[in-house]
Amino acid sequence: MKYYDKLIFELSSPGRCGYSLPENRWGTSTDGLPDRLRRKDAPVLPQVSEPDVVRHYTNLSQMNFGVDSGFYPLGSCTMKYNPKVNEEVASLPGFASLHPLQPEWTAQGALKLYYDLSRALSTLTGMAEFSLNQFAGAHGELTGLMIMRQYHRLRGDDRRTRVIVPDSAHGTNPASAAVCGLSVVQVRSLEDGTIDVEALKGLLDDTVAGIMMTNPNTLGLFETHVKEIAELVHGCGGLLYYDGANMNALLGQVRPGDMGFDIMHLNLHKTFSTPHGGGGPGAGPVGVVPALAHCLPYPRVIRRPDGRYALMTDKDSCGRISGFMGNFGVLLKAYAYILMLGKQNVRNVGPYAVLAANYIKESLKDCYKLPVKGLCKHEFVFDGLADTSSGVTTLDVAKRLLDYGFHAPTIYFPLLFHQSMMIEPTETESKETLDAFIGVMRKIVEEAKSDPELLRSAPHNTPVGRPDETAAATHPVLKYEDM
Amino acid sequence: MQCPYFPHTQEDLKQMLDKAGAVSLRDLFADVPEEFIYKGEFNLPDAMSEMEVLETFRRMESLDKPLTVFCGAGAYDHYAPAVIRYILSRSEFQTAYTPYQAEISQGTLRYIFEFQSMICSLTGMDCANASMYDGPTSAAEAMMMCVAASRRRRRILVSAALLPQVLDVVRTYADYHGMDVGTVAQADGVTSSDSLRELLSAGDVAGVLVPGINRYGIIEDLTGFADAVHGAGAILAVYSDPSSLAVIRTPGEWGADIACGDAQSLGMPLSFGGPYAGFLACRKEYMRKLPGRIVGATSDAQGRRAFVLTLQAREQHIRREKATSNICSNQSLMALYATVYLSLMGHEGLKRANDLSYAGAHYLHDRLIATGCFEDVFDKPFLKEFVLRSSVPADQLQRSLAEEGFFAALQTEEGYVSFCVTEKRSREEIDRLLAVIRTVI
Repeated sequence: MKYYDKLIFELSSPGRCGYSLPENRWGTSTDGLPDRLRRKDAPVLPQVSEPDVVRHYTNLSQMNFGVDSGFYPLGSCTMKYNPKVNEEVASLPGFASLHPLQPEWTAQGALKLYYDLSRALSTLTGMAEFSLNQFAGAHGELTGLMIMRQYHRLRGDDRRTRVIVPDSAHGTNPASAAVCGLSVVQVRSLEDGTIDVEALKGLLDDTVAGIMMTNPNTLGLFETHVKEIAELVHGCGGLLYYDGANMNALLGQVRPGDMGFDIMHLNLHKTFSTPHGGGGPGAGPVGVVPALAHCLPYPRVIRRPDGRYALMTDKDSCGRISGFMGNFGVLLKAYAYILMLGKQNVRNVGPYAVLAANYIKESLKDCYKLPVKGLCKHEFVFDGLADTSSGVTTLDVAKRLLDYGFHAPTIYFPLLFHQSMMIEPTETESKETLDAFIGVMRKIVEEAKSDPELLRSAPHNTPVGRPDETAAATHPVLKYEDM
Repeated sequence: MQCPYFPHTQEDLKQMLDKAGAVSLRDLFADVPEEFIYKGEFNLPDAMSEMEVLETFRRMESLDKPLTVFCGAGAYDHYAPAVIRYILSRSEFQTAYTPYQAEISQGTLRYIFEFQSMICSLTGMDCANASMYDGPTSAAEAMMMCVAASRRRRRILVSAALLPQVLDVVRTYADYHGMDVGTVAQADGVTSSDSLRELLSAGDVAGVLVPGINRYGIIEDLTGFADAVHGAGAILAVYSDPSSLAVIRTPGEWGADIACGDAQSLGMPLSFGGPYAGFLACRKEYMRKLPGRIVGATSDAQGRRAFVLTLQAREQHIRREKATSNICSNQSLMALYATVYLSLMGHEGLKRANDLSYAGAHYLHDRLIATGCFEDVFDKPFLKEFVLRSSVPADQLQRSLAEEGFFAALQTEEGYVSFCVTEKRSREEIDRLLAVIRTVI
C-alpha cells in the first residue's frame, strides 16, 4: 500500500466538469422557481474531470484492506470470502431497475426471490417465518425486540419491560433494548464465559419480556445449558432472542429454532457471504416461531394459493421499520450463495469454520494466554501474550500484524478480559493461510522479547502510522471546510 | 458437487483435525447436546454450478416486467454515470469491514470524510455522520436525537405532508422508544404553520420533522417555521431530497437544526427499494448527539494527515444500555456511491439534472391538464413530482399504463395520482406516455 494524500476537493478547479448530460432544450429551468424557495449560493462540490475521479478513488482503494487483499481474522465479524457470482446476479438489470412501489404483478420475479430466500433461511434456522426488511444486524435486533414487545402487548401483558442480556454480549444488544424502550438486566457469566444459570433464576419473574443470547457466545463457546435456560425463561412467560452474529459456527449443523429460540436475526453479510462494503450495506433478516408470525414488520411477502406473490400488512404487525423492502440487492447475493452451496455443502460451513478456529487456537495456545481451555466453536479469545514481561499489549500485536499483511483480530472485546484478542478465521481460508498467520503470530512473540519497541511503534509498513485519536476527538475536524 | 469456496483437501482436513485433537468433524460438536444436531434434510436444492445459478436468477428476472418509470414517492430514477459502478466494484472497498484499523482503511475513511463534507455543503449543516440505513430510518434517528437532546421532553411533531413511509417508520420507532407523536396538519397541500403553532403552544415538544419537498412533490415554504419551533424550545429537522438541494433552499437556510433524508436520489439504482443510504446532519451544538459512525481528520506520529472514526463515546458499544441509538454500521459502500456521484456531477451537473427534471415534469404536467381528464389538486410550486386529480379510477389507469410498459399514475390518496419526471426521461418517452394516456382515458 502506498500513501496518497489528496482529498477530491483538492483536485478541484473552477470550470472543470466530470458529468455528461443532455443540453437543456426545454426552454424552462429551475430558475423559474420563486426566489424564496431557491438556494442562494451553489453548494461547494468538487469540479473535477472524469479521469481525475477515477484515479482519485482508485488511489484511495489502494490504501484499503479487504477480504480479497488478505486474511481477516476479525472475531464475531465472519469475514469469509465474498463470491463474485453474487455480484453478477445483483447487477442484473431486471432487478436493478425495479421501482419498489411498482404493481405487484410486474414484480413477480423479485417477490418470488424474496419469498424463496425467506423459505431457505427458515429451513436453515428452524424458524417458521422470516422478514427480510432489516438493513443490518443491529436493525434486526431492534426489530426482534419490537416483535417481542408487541407479542406481550397483544396479550395484554404490559408489565414485561425488562430484558435480560449477558455481560458478555455485543454492545448492540443492550443498546437495541434501550432504544426499544426496554430496561436491561445484566446476567453474569461464569468463569468459562457461559451464562450463570443460578444467577439467571434469580432474575426471572413476570416483568421479564425475554432474554437475548448469542450462541456460541462471544468467547466462541457453545452455551450447553441452553435447553435449561429456554425452559426457565419460557416458564416465566418470557421469550428467547437469538443474536445471529455467531451463526456461522452452527450453519448446517444446529438450528436456533430447535434449541428453543422464538425470535432471531441473521447477518447475511457474515454467515451468507455478502460483502461488508466497508461498513454496509448488510442485511439482518428476522425469523420467528409460528406464534409470533403475525407480529413481523410490514410489508411481508406472501405466496397466494394461486402461486402469485403479494405484499401483505398484518394488523398485529409491530410496524414498518424500513422505507421499502430492505436491502434487496444484498438479499439477491445471499440467495445466490445458498444455491451455490446446496443442501449438502451447507452442512460443512459450520464444521469447517470450527475446525479452522480450533486449529489456530491449538497452534498458538503455548505463547498466547488462553483463558478458557477446551473446544471452541468458530472463534476464540486470547487474553494477550502468555509472557507479559515485555509490556507488549494486544494493541501492539494487532498493529504489528498489519505490517505482515494480515488484518488484526477484534481487540479489547469481549470485556471479560483486559487484553482480549478475538480470532475468527472462517471456513474459506486455506491451511496455508492459517499456517502463515500462525507463523507470524509466533514471530511477533519473539519480537516482543527481542525488540518490544518495534511492536509499540507498529505499524511501520502501512500508508499511515497510528493516528492521534485523542486529537481527533478533542478538536473534531469533520469536514473539508474545517481543515 | 465440490464447493469452490472450501479450500481444504482431505490431507489438510486430517492434519487440522489432528492438531485440534479430533478424529472427525463431528467431534468438534461434542459440546452440543445430541438432540440439537440437525439430522433432517434441508429443504434446499442440490448444489448448483455457477451457470445454473445465473440461469435461475435470469429466469426469475424474466418474471418481472420492465417499466419506464414515471413515479417517485421516495425512490427516484436518476441517471448514474458509468464511472460509479466501476469504482464500487473495487474489491478493496467492497470486501473491507468497518474501518476499525485506520492504518489499513484510509481509503474508506477518506471517502466517508468526503461524503460528510458534501452532505454538509448540500444541506447547509455543520456536521454529518457516515450515513444511515435509509431515509425513513434517518428520520426516526433524527427524532430520537431531539428527545435525547431535550432530556425531559418526549413529544415530537411530524408533518402530515411527509412521505407515508417516513411517517410509518417514525411512528414505529416512536411507539417503542416512548416518544409521543403529534401530527401537524396539512392545508392546501403543505404543512400548516397554524397547526404547528397550536401544537407547539403546550411547550412540551422536543422536535419537529417537516419535509423540504413533500409527499405531493410541492416545495414547502418554511418561512417562520424555525422561529416558531425554536421559540417553543424545540429542535427543527427537515427531511430533504439531497439531489434537489443543489437548487432549492436548504435546511440550513430555513434555520433548521437537523437535516435528514435519503441519498437514493443521488443516482442510486431503484433496486426494488435498496440498498440506498440515509443521511443525517446537524448544527455543531448537536454534534455529540449525532448517532452512527463519524470520521474525523487527525495526523500520525510523523505528521502525515490521517483519518479515524471519532467521537466514539457517543456510540452503542461504549454506552451499551445508556445508548440513545443502536446504530453500529452505515451504508458505507452506498455513501461511496453518493460521493463519486457528487464528485462527477459537481454543482453544475446537479443543477442540470434538476433543470431537466423540472422542465420535463412541467411539460408532462401541462399536457396532462390539457387532456381534460386531470386537474390540479394544489396550485403550488413543484420540482419533478406532482399529483393530479384523475377522472379515471387510479388503479385502472395505473394498470393500463403498466400493460403498455409504464410505471406512472401512482395512487397516493383516494382520487389522486402522482407522476415524476427525471432527467432520464426523454421528450420522446414523455410523448409516448401521453399518447398511451390519451387512448385509455
